[in-house]
Amino acid sequence: MNRETITLAMGAGGKQTAELIREVFQDKLKNELFTENDGAILPELSGRPVMSTDGFIVSPPFFSGGNIGKLSVCGSINDVACMGARPRYLSAAFVLEEGFLVAKLEEIVSAMAETAGEAGVRVVCGDTKVAGKGQVDGCFITTTCLGEMVVQEAPAGARAEEGDAVIVTGDIGRHRAAILLARDAYGIEADITSDCAPLWKPVEALCQAGIPLHVIRDATRGGVGTVLYEIAHQSSVGVQLEREAIPVQPAVHGICDLLGLDPLYLACEGRLVVVVPESEAERTVEILRAFPDCTGAARIGKITGGNTGRVTLLTEIGTQTYLPEPGNELLPRIC
Amino acid sequence: MEQVQQQVRQEIERAKEYLRNYDGEQVNLMEVCGTHTHEIFRLGIRSLLSPKIRLISGPGCPVCVTGADFIDEAVYLAKQGAIITTFGDLVRVPGTKQSLAEARADGADIRVVYAPVDALDLALQYPERQVVFLSVGFETTTPAECLAVKMAKEQGVRNFTLLTANKTMLQAYRAMANKNKLIFLYPGHVHAIIGTGICRELAEREGISGVVSGFTAYELLAAITVAVKKAQANEPFFVNAYPRVVSEEGSLAGKALMEEVMVPCSAYWRGIGVMEGSGLALSDAYAEFDARKRFAVPEMEGRENPACRCGEILQGKCLPPDCPLFGKACTPEHAVGACMVSGEGTCSAFYLYGNTTVEEKVL
Repeated sequence: MNRETITLAMGAGGKQTAELIREVFQDKLKNELFTENDGAILPELSGRPVMSTDGFIVSPPFFSGGNIGKLSVCGSINDVACMGARPRYLSAAFVLEEGFLVAKLEEIVSAMAETAGEAGVRVVCGDTKVAGKGQVDGCFITTTCLGEMVVQEAPAGARAEEGDAVIVTGDIGRHRAAILLARDAYGIEADITSDCAPLWKPVEALCQAGIPLHVIRDATRGGVGTVLYEIAHQSSVGVQLEREAIPVQPAVHGICDLLGLDPLYLACEGRLVVVVPESEAERTVEILRAFPDCTGAARIGKITGGNTGRVTLLTEIGTQTYLPEPGNELLPRIC
Repeated sequence: MEQVQQQVRQEIERAKEYLRNYDGEQVNLMEVCGTHTHEIFRLGIRSLLSPKIRLISGPGCPVCVTGADFIDEAVYLAKQGAIITTFGDLVRVPGTKQSLAEARADGADIRVVYAPVDALDLALQYPERQVVFLSVGFETTTPAECLAVKMAKEQGVRNFTLLTANKTMLQAYRAMANKNKLIFLYPGHVHAIIGTGICRELAEREGISGVVSGFTAYELLAAITVAVKKAQANEPFFVNAYPRVVSEEGSLAGKALMEEVMVPCSAYWRGIGVMEGSGLALSDAYAEFDARKRFAVPEMEGRENPACRCGEILQGKCLPPDCPLFGKACTPEHAVGACMVSGEGTCSAFYLYGNTTVEEKVL
């Protein structure tokens, strides 16, 4: 591109739009399905189609361990993976702020291409709009992922059963902690990398191993605690966690202590909550740990018949308490 | 390291056993600090205690003891066009007519900051606007507020003021101790600043007992155990069970800063009333940074919801479930009283963690 910043003309549909699409998007996301036509014609899927969409407005758009591009691909891919479906195709719609640096956009699109490639997903269509200075904050992205179901019965929030094991695919809370640090609002320095990662491959391995996947949820906004409350409500069960079994990086613990946060409510962007029959728990953890993004997978608790609709905790001193149900304290713009 | 952890575990088990099986005279403990209250709930410590040990949550959450009149003053200043800067919890505390959150929805400029110096930065950023910081808190937060004012004076900043409702703990201890026969779990953070000399004097001269406690599971259990054991002798006592952080003299720098910038004043505590010498206001040398003086803020009536029992809860006279509003009209999402608004409030702890124990033990 011979221009350094995004201009309103680049979103006007004329020559400059075409140039932006050609030189930034098509160049990096190149594949035979991504044409200059109005839509992508896709090959038949080999399973029931599954579709999910997600908007991303994270502030700041660049953080340790990723950027909004990587995040936007992981987000939709993981949503489809949580349905027991192989993510295949992705669409991406951008809203860019006038004056946003083209070099940054290139970095974002490169991250999208890399992450999609890693996950075996093709970006097949997209859209770009440019809004006036101050009308958006840098770069907003919406992605939609289309996938194909590989399991007979999709995992669902309402399928948790008494006695099931609750597993997380790695240490929790790093994405939110990395964003807090990137904002530099507290003057804290720590070495924390976002957990942002595409997770279809580990889910595929669980499907192939024939493990009955009752529930899979990605622990994004609201973190693991919020997801577990959703499962408790949807399945009309209780969830009992063991505080000391929950994997948390020491630096994340440190930030939580300083700011009075519970890691159970910190958003993750590359962590799943998986509910499987207790008899399969050990095997599930073992399979997950073979993947680089899931080496910290751990069984953190179980589904109970009592305490319906609530999450309880066995504390570090051997008492049992309720985990407070998340309220309205969500801090904005972490994904 | 592992050996130390093993030792801590054994100590915790021993403390749990003692507290569970205690069968002596009734012991009433008041944890003064909101952070203690929440840690005690988070750790399920109440469920460990013998019925002969009662934990009462005291008035140690700065948001909870702040009166509606203070919110009214802040709303008034916001409507005059000032940028109001505040710690987050205050935003949703109901005033007589409006909370700051409601005023914000009406167009007032209310901004949440994490430290008083952030408010000063904002004043430098907007030299044409007046920036008011809502200065609440005990001795833990007051030094940071004093520092911001001191910096403002040194830099000649003309558009930065504090609306003060700062409080000090000593008079509150006295007021609470006179009303109930209580042993205090003194707040570790406050005494890290003011030291423990004052606790020793309370025990020796006024017969008021207490134990300074830290905030971890081990520190809390140790402090409660010490308090119950010491109570057996039926004599006033004081123990510093948080010596790794708290010393006899406290933080000299913190105390010097407070003495330089602020002077004692009488203060209104929700639930307790007005107590002489229980607050801090800007000294004459810093009077130009006092928002009440600079903007001639009129006196506010400060009417709180009459059905709300926060006042009695703060004094340990009743428990949150005894309040007719608790969990019905008053929840963390739609709080009527300050004890429900604040993340450190007793009502929010009861609401979030359930009353004392989980309804069904799955253990």
